[in-house]
Amino acid sequence: MDELTIDARVGNLNMVIRFISERLEAAGCTMKQQAQMTIAAEEVFVNISRYAYGQMGGGATVRVTVGDEIVVEFEDCGKPYNPIDKKDPDITADADKREIGGLGVFMVKKLMDSVEYRRVGEKNVLTLRKKVAPVLATA
Amino acid sequence: MEVTKSQCGGKVTFVVSGRLDANAAPQFQAEFIPAFDEASLVELDLAALTYISSAGLRVLLLGEKTAKSKGSAMSLRNVSQDIKEVFDMTGFSDILNIV
Repeated sequence: MDELTIDARVGNLNMVIRFISERLEAAGCTMKQQAQMTIAAEEVFVNISRYAYGQMGGGATVRVTVGDEIVVEFEDCGKPYNPIDKKDPDITADADKREIGGLGVFMVKKLMDSVEYRRVGEKNVLTLRKKVAPVLATA
Repeated sequence: MEVTKSQCGGKVTFVVSGRLDANAAPQFQAEFIPAFDEASLVELDLAALTYISSAGLRVLLLGEKTAKSKGSAMSLRNVSQDIKEVFDMTGFSDILNIV
């Protein structure tokens, strides 16, 4: 398991994505698996950055584990917030009726096999899981 | 992300390459949306777009809404398989004009 603790700011997104991509690449995950995981991770990290702490700001910890499945876990000590509760957007509406927001969490749920939220003490813990059949590097 | 813009008559074309993520989306929006004031057709060439998140999708939706409200049109071309999958998953394939 690898772990990164960082200020939860959208400006740090690239570092979070790089951290996750490097671990997935080292574990032999395909480009597609990396893309799916990083799309989901971006949504979660941006949500934490924008909503967890308000003006004060605060940190977020990202953990990556790759075995039979990819597990990416986000932890913050902001206000209690369960993103999974959010209602899915209507993805069949006409463009003029579509809402601009609400897509991120929906994409996370669609991309992952499971998304689990826990409140642990003062912390929000969100766990993303996706089964893999890693293509191992032959080099 | 890199964006280049070119104009030909009433058509403005943006070539968008790299990652259209939460960092890049505000810059893209600032260049892209005003184009609907000067063009009847705004075209996005996405051949070199490698990644799109919901932040990028939001800008595309905003573009589609802006086009409708101004009586202009927006179209996307050279959409790669990976990006198409994201459009399909979110129902964006149904509302975007992908040529």
